[in-house]
Amino acid sequence: MTTTTSARPDHRQNRNTETTRLLLVSALLVLILAILPTVLYLTGHTFWLDIFTRLVILAIAAVGLNLILGLGGMVSFGHAAYIGLGAYAVGIPAYHSTYGGMDAIATYNGFFHLALALTVSALFALVTGIISLRTRGVNFIMITMAFAQMMYYAIVSLETYGGDDGLTIDVRSEFPIISLDDPLTLYAVSFISLIIIVFLVHRISNSRFGLTLQGARSNEERMLAIGVNCYKYQLAAFVMSGVICGYAGFLLGNFTTFISPEMMDWTRSGEIMIMVILGGATFLWGPVIGAIVFIILEYVLSEVTVYWHLPFGLLLIFSVLFLRNGLASVLQRSHSQAGKGQ
Amino acid sequence: MTESILQVVNLCKSFGGVHATDQVSLSVRHGEIHALIGPNGAGKTTLISQLSGLLRPDSGKILFDNKDITGYAAYQFSQAGLARSFQITSVFQDLSLLDNVALAVQANDGHAFRFWHNARKDQRLRTPAMQYLQQVQLSDQAEQIASEVSHGERRQLEIAMALATSPKLLLLDEPMAGMGQDESSLIIEILKNLRGDKSILLVEHDMDAVFALADTISVLVYGQIIATGTSAEIKTNTAVQKAYLGEDAA
Amino acid sequence: MEFSLLLIQLLNGLQLGILLFLLSAGLTLTFGIMDFVNLAHGALYMLGAFFCASLTLYTGSFILAILLALPLTALAGYLLEKLVVQHLYDRNHLDHVLATFGLILCIDTIVHIIWGPQGIAIPLPAWLSGQVELFDGVVLPSYRLLIIGVGLLAAAGLYVLVNHTRLGMLIRAGASNRKMVGALGVDITALFSGVFALGAALAGLAGMLIAPITEASIGMGSDIIITTFVVIIIGGIGSMKGAFLAALLVGLIDTFGRSFLDDFFKLLMSTEAAETAAPAVSAMLIYILMAIILAFRPQGLFPPLSR
Repeated sequence: MTTTTSARPDHRQNRNTETTRLLLVSALLVLILAILPTVLYLTGHTFWLDIFTRLVILAIAAVGLNLILGLGGMVSFGHAAYIGLGAYAVGIPAYHSTYGGMDAIATYNGFFHLALALTVSALFALVTGIISLRTRGVNFIMITMAFAQMMYYAIVSLETYGGDDGLTIDVRSEFPIISLDDPLTLYAVSFISLIIIVFLVHRISNSRFGLTLQGARSNEERMLAIGVNCYKYQLAAFVMSGVICGYAGFLLGNFTTFISPEMMDWTRSGEIMIMVILGGATFLWGPVIGAIVFIILEYVLSEVTVYWHLPFGLLLIFSVLFLRNGLASVLQRSHSQAGKGQ
Repeated sequence: MTESILQVVNLCKSFGGVHATDQVSLSVRHGEIHALIGPNGAGKTTLISQLSGLLRPDSGKILFDNKDITGYAAYQFSQAGLARSFQITSVFQDLSLLDNVALAVQANDGHAFRFWHNARKDQRLRTPAMQYLQQVQLSDQAEQIASEVSHGERRQLEIAMALATSPKLLLLDEPMAGMGQDESSLIIEILKNLRGDKSILLVEHDMDAVFALADTISVLVYGQIIATGTSAEIKTNTAVQKAYLGEDAA
Repeated sequence: MEFSLLLIQLLNGLQLGILLFLLSAGLTLTFGIMDFVNLAHGALYMLGAFFCASLTLYTGSFILAILLALPLTALAGYLLEKLVVQHLYDRNHLDHVLATFGLILCIDTIVHIIWGPQGIAIPLPAWLSGQVELFDGVVLPSYRLLIIGVGLLAAAGLYVLVNHTRLGMLIRAGASNRKMVGALGVDITALFSGVFALGAALAGLAGMLIAPITEASIGMGSDIIITTFVVIIIGGIGSMKGAFLAALLVGLIDTFGRSFLDDFFKLLMSTEAAETAAPAVSAMLIYILMAIILAFRPQGLFPPLSR
C-alpha cells in the first residue's frame, strides 16, 4: 500500500465518469445480447442461438456466484451443485409425470418446478452455509467443494433417475401463454432474467446489506469492532447466491432437456468461478463478460482441436500470472484489489 | 458508583503461568480522559483485548454503564457502547473514507437487512458520517479510498469510525502510533475537542500527549496497576518514577 | 455378517485410508507451510500412475517401475513448482485455485495426448496377484496387504522425517509460523520446492499403488482430490498426525458405509426403501462426518498451534 500525498485526483469526477462508463457498458451488452442471437437465429444460424442461450444461463450463475465472491469475498467452490439441484427440480417431477410414482411431486407445472428449484437451492445453501461459514480461507474453499461433491455423489447413487447416466427431460416446464419449447422464447426468458438479476445484484451491492458484505470482505475484525456480527449477513448472501444459481439450473434443465450429475461436478464449479474471475469480480458486468468470453472461447478452441483444454488451461495460468484484475480491468480501472486471503 | 462509566474489577488473565493481567481494577469516570500508560510488556494489549471482547478474562468483572459485560462477544462490546480503535491501523482499505464511516454509522443503526435502497445516497448515513469526518478534519478527503490516504489520515479515520458508533466510551489504542510531530498534535487537538463530550480510555506511549490530555492516569506494570492519579500526582509518584519514568529517563 | 467379510472390508478400508494419507500428506504440508491451495495435486497422483504403467510395460517389472516413477513424479512436481506455483505464493487463494485449475486442464490434456483417452492397466507379478491365507478360511489378496504395508512404511518414514530431522523441524515450524522460518535465515525457496516435490512423490506413489487395481485413467485425480480435501479438513490443515488419523477414519467409514449400510437400514425400514436410501447415504457419509466434526471443531481435529 503506497501512499501518495502529492497528486490527488478529483475522486468525485472519477466516480462520475465511472458511472457513465458503467451505463455505456450496460447498454452495449444489453444491446448485443438482445439483437445478435435473435438476428443470427432468424437468418438461419440456429446453432448460435443455442450457444447464446447456454452463455446467458451460465452468466446468471456467474452473477449469482459473484454476489458472494466479488462482493463478500467468500470463495465458494461448490456452486455447480445449485445448478444441478435446479435442473433436477425440473427433471424429477417431469420424470414422475411421465413414468408415474411419487404423485406428490409429479407434475409438468413450471411454477412448481421453479418453486421447487428455488426452495431446494435455498435449503441446501442454508444448511451448508451454516457450517461452511464458520470457517475461513482455504477451509472455506474446500468445504464448499466437498458439500457440492456430496450432492454429486448423492445424485449418482439415485438409480431411479439414471444415476451416472443422467436423465432425459421429455417435457419442459409448462407455463401459461409462453412455451419454453420455442428456442427464441427460452432465450428471451433467460436474457430478461439475466438483466433483472444483474439489476438486483446492482441494487444489493449499493444497499446497506451490500455495504456490510463489502465491509466483511475488506476487514472482518473491523466489522466486529464497530458492532457487526458478519455471520448472518454472509449466510443471507450465501443463500441468495445459491438461489440465483438454482434458478440458472432450472433454466439449464429446460434448455438442455438432458441432465446428469456431471453438471454438478466440481470442475463445473471451477468453470463458473473462472467466468467470474476472467471477467473481473469487482465489476458489475464482469461475470457476464467472463461468461461470454469463456463460452465463445470454448466453442472456438474446440472447433480447432480436440485438445482445446491445453491452450485453455495455459491461457488461464497466464491470465492469473499476468492479468491481475480480470478482463474487465481493461474496461474499468478498479480501486478495489481483492486482498490476500479472506 | 454511578459516576463511573467503566469499572474493571480484579481482572485476571494469564498465559501458561504468566500473569499478563493480574488483579487489575480501574475505573473511568463519565466525561474524563483516562490514560493508561506502562512500559512495553506491561500487559496493555492483553488488557485492551479483554476490554473489547477479543480475549475472555480468567476471572474478574467488567462493568460498563452499570452493566456486567464480562464475556460478551467483540461485536456486543461495541453494541453496548464501548468503541475501540486499533494500535495497528484497521480500516476498510478498499472503501472510501466516507463509506468507512458510513458503515460504522450503519452498524449502530440496527440491522442491515435492507437490500434495495441505495445506502450510498442515504442521508441518514451520509450526513452523520460526514460530520464525524469533519470532527477528525477529514471531510475534504471523504471520497478518497482509504488505502490512498496517508498513515496519519487513516489514524484519524479510525477515530471517526469509533465515534460513529455513538459510543459512551472510546477505547483508543495508541492513536498516535507511528506518527510524526504534526500529525500527533492534530490528534491531540481532535481529542481535546472531544473532552467532556465523550469518556475516553487512552492507551498511549507518547508521554507529552498523555500529560497534555489526561484527567486521570493509571500506570500498568507487570500486569498490575501500581498507581492512579492526576498527571501531577503521577509525575511525583516515586513508585512510578522507579518502575517507569526512571527507566525511560535512564 | 461373517467374520471374514468384516475382515476383508476392514482391510479395504485401511487400504483406502492409507492411499488417502499418501495423498493428503503432501497436500497438508503445502497448505500448512505455503498457505497454498493446490487443486492440481490429484494430477500428480494421476501422473504417478501413468509413469508407473508405462515403465511397467517397458521394463517388465512393477517394482522397478515404481522405483523409477517415484523420482520422475517428484521431478514433475519440482518443475510445476518452479514454473508456476512458485510465482503464486504471495497471491490470494483465488489465484491459487484458478492457476492450479488451469494446470489440471493442461496436465489432463497432455496425458491424453501422450497416453490416449483409454485407461492403461498394470499387470501385477504373479507373487502379488495371488491370495494369502491368513488363518483358517480367511483369504486375503496379497496385493492389498502390500499396499497397506508400503503405505505404513511411507507413513513411518514421514513420521521420522517430520519429527526427528532438521528438515522436519523447519516443516513443523513453517506450518505454525511461516515468518519465523524466514527469519531463521533458511532458504525458503528451496524448502518450498523440496516440500512440493516430496508431496508430489507421495501423491504419485498413491497413484502407482492403486493403478494395478483400477488402471491408470485420466479422471482419477479429479475424483479423489475432493476426498483428500475432506481428510485434510477433518484432520486440521497442516497437521500430519491429523491427516493420518483422518485418512484412516475416512477410509474405514467410507468402506463400511458402502458395504454394510444397506443391511443396517434393512433393520430400520423396508428392503426396498433401504436399497434406495443406502447407496445415497453411504455416498454422503464422509461429508456428513466432515460436517459434524466441523460443527464442533471448525479448525479440524488437530489444528497446528498458533496459526
